[in-house]
Amino acid sequence: MARKLPAKDVVIIGLGWTGSILAHELADAGLDVVAIERGPWRNTATDYPPGYVADELRYRIRHELFLRPEQTTFTFRNKMNQTALPIRSWGAFMPPNGVGGGGVHWNAETWRFLPSDFVLRTHLTQRYGAGFLPQDMTIQDWGVTYDELEPHYDRFEYLCGTSGQAGNLKGQIIDGGNPFEGPRSRPYPTPPQDQPFSHTLFGKAARELGYKPFPQPSGNLSRAYQNPLGVRLGPCTYCGFCEWFGCGNYSKASPQTTILPALLRKPNFSARDNSEVKTINVDGSGKRATGVTFVDTDGNEWEQPADLVILSAFTIFNVQLLLLSKIGKPYDPVSNTGVVGRNFTHQTISDVTSFFDPAKFIFNPFIASGAIGMCIDEFNGDNFDHGPHGFVGGGYMGQVQTNGRPIETAPVPPGTPRWGAQWKKAVKENYQSALKPGTGVHGSMYSYRDVYIDLDPTYKDRFGRPLARITMDFHDNEIKQNAFLTDKFAEIFKAMGAKQIVKEYRKAPYDVTKYQTTHLCGGAIMGTDPGTSALNRYLQNWDVPNLFVMGASAFPQNAGYNPTGTVAALAFWAADAIRTKYLKNPGQLINA
Amino acid sequence: MIHRRKFLLSATLWFVGTSSLTHASVINGHMPWSPFPMSPPEFERPGPWQFFTVDEAVAIQAIVDRIIPPDPETPGGKEAGCAVFIDRQLKGPYGSGAGLYNLGPFIKGTKQQGPQSPLMPAELYRKGLAGLDKYCKANLGGKTFAELSSDQQDDVLKKVESGQAKFEEVDAQGFFDALLKDVPEGFFSDPIHGGNRNMVGWSMIGFPGIRYDYRDWVHRHNERYPHPPVSIAGRADWTPHKS
Repeated sequence: MARKLPAKDVVIIGLGWTGSILAHELADAGLDVVAIERGPWRNTATDYPPGYVADELRYRIRHELFLRPEQTTFTFRNKMNQTALPIRSWGAFMPPNGVGGGGVHWNAETWRFLPSDFVLRTHLTQRYGAGFLPQDMTIQDWGVTYDELEPHYDRFEYLCGTSGQAGNLKGQIIDGGNPFEGPRSRPYPTPPQDQPFSHTLFGKAARELGYKPFPQPSGNLSRAYQNPLGVRLGPCTYCGFCEWFGCGNYSKASPQTTILPALLRKPNFSARDNSEVKTINVDGSGKRATGVTFVDTDGNEWEQPADLVILSAFTIFNVQLLLLSKIGKPYDPVSNTGVVGRNFTHQTISDVTSFFDPAKFIFNPFIASGAIGMCIDEFNGDNFDHGPHGFVGGGYMGQVQTNGRPIETAPVPPGTPRWGAQWKKAVKENYQSALKPGTGVHGSMYSYRDVYIDLDPTYKDRFGRPLARITMDFHDNEIKQNAFLTDKFAEIFKAMGAKQIVKEYRKAPYDVTKYQTTHLCGGAIMGTDPGTSALNRYLQNWDVPNLFVMGASAFPQNAGYNPTGTVAALAFWAADAIRTKYLKNPGQLINA
Repeated sequence: MIHRRKFLLSATLWFVGTSSLTHASVINGHMPWSPFPMSPPEFERPGPWQFFTVDEAVAIQAIVDRIIPPDPETPGGKEAGCAVFIDRQLKGPYGSGAGLYNLGPFIKGTKQQGPQSPLMPAELYRKGLAGLDKYCKANLGGKTFAELSSDQQDDVLKKVESGQAKFEEVDAQGFFDALLKDVPEGFFSDPIHGGNRNMVGWSMIGFPGIRYDYRDWVHRHNERYPHPPVSIAGRADWTPHKS
């Protein structure tokens, strides 16, 4: 049925950030590499040129650059005793599609996780005792440390040209940066972005309250930059059309603006677009991947044999493809056995909308970038004593408002009617003087026994394959965390001079229609024990050693930051292990 | 087999409408390049109704002018083209729910599980507008919605919003929720989509549209941005009319 293509050394499933990084690293090592991407080729000039990319309806409201649920979606339920139903249009998160993946339409907030985040269970147990953690919380150590990942964070930041201010340079704390960050080996490649009025005001108020505010690390560049691959990015123009949109200026770090121009020049690399991998094929022993089977848009099925398989699709699709390919034991929350699907997490986001005196404040909210803003990190991870509070975890918070696009961002004070003359008047009066950071409180979500991915028994995709089923709800720990952080956040807006503040706490039950972020994590996690993780510390599958699985699906739990910096650092870390260890002696790298 | 072919066909159809390349291709050796944008925007212009019947158009024009009423400084929804915007949207992929997951079974779930109705916006409007006029005729002396006074119209819409007024064939509150989403979108989206005529919505709040470069203003804190808005179609005073 499937036509067989000539064998390659490496087949890569999904050509987003991690697929591009692995493709480049492995092609650079001389391997013959093919990448297979479900969506179309995309680039600035033909898909999102500045002449029409700033179209809020087309890209933000109608989701032009994202996966269509018709192509595939997930089913969702809060509790194990409910019937999961399909997500018919996107809400809480926005799965990407096409070459570049989420790297095309992200906000480019480029963070590192805290050193303690990587040894979370050990760290929290040592500081607070095992009894401090909720019983059904399943957080784990990652099996890799911050110090091991530091050179790889550095490589990604220098690939992207990330704009920021170091706060910890080789252990020396630097004023103006984030004093809580792990030590970095050198400064950011470019200085921070300029900060518009409201973001500056937040930084000033936070400092007066005794915090240490710093500019958010940004993949929208403060100035032109040429990266080590010779690819050049232009300076950001603060257009205010970043997340949900492609960048018309070549200013936002993406695979297109940092890697692909160099990668495509390599004769030993090719990409296939509009082609969806249906299964990873495994031989009779079940211990060796033989390649993949994919279908193109004309309905032709192809088999691509390869010695090494890199699975680098979006979080849930990684998990779904492992389940469909019957690689690894599926997680069962009842018996608490199996690994594929466990420790699935998202993020705990909340917002504070504040209204200032229109006669005194003109914020020009449309002047922004996706990773603009001033933040504080006092309430992230374990940067503060959780003992008195009865919860663990935290997040950064900041005035990180990315836009003043009027369909999305036209806040009106509470009590305003939803329509009519009073609504119109309130929109007009408050547009220039209201602040709505969006993801202002960027809280962690830790993992639990009853939050997981499996295959849906009823709903199918267009090929007749079962959809992935999400079972997810907020637990008390995250709700407490969010209430504490949101209150702290609101105090800063009060200090800025807001006359009215509306706190929008994140509450249970988890609602799949309310946008948070696209930071879905876990389901194919890394770790030190094959009984509780799908991958070893090098992102190598425990069962099938010639399969490596990239992406946030490897996170045992989610931290209080945007994940892309860590996702990319892990990709460079895994690529390095493949190049320096695996290729010399192909086989399982860890004896567990 | 027929089943599968049908799916592939529908997948191909929306690729044509929305993506740069419609067929699978092998890319190597260079960045794929072809001159000119692959999917430039379509410009919606005033003209005959494309989705609404004449009666529906009369009703929707009245509705959009109550959701966003005119005031001395800024036109209302009708003059801003919100009805034209909704007409063009309902005629297109939004109206038919193209791209959404439309396979059954359709089961009513919890609020947190999101909309599960097989009813797509085009049908929702068709039934909602008919239901509204039917409700008005039955309760307000045989008049259609558009024939009522502004105060009466507001009163009816408040009853629909609160759930007091019910329609026979469709969830009246669901219809009203769609209006509250779609009418402001018509007021604030780029004029190329048929609404926000002459950028009146943007001018009202001071949004500069697609100017795209604010490097000269990022440092000018607490100063009003001085330039008028620009649309994807430019500005009327930049573009002489051909006729």
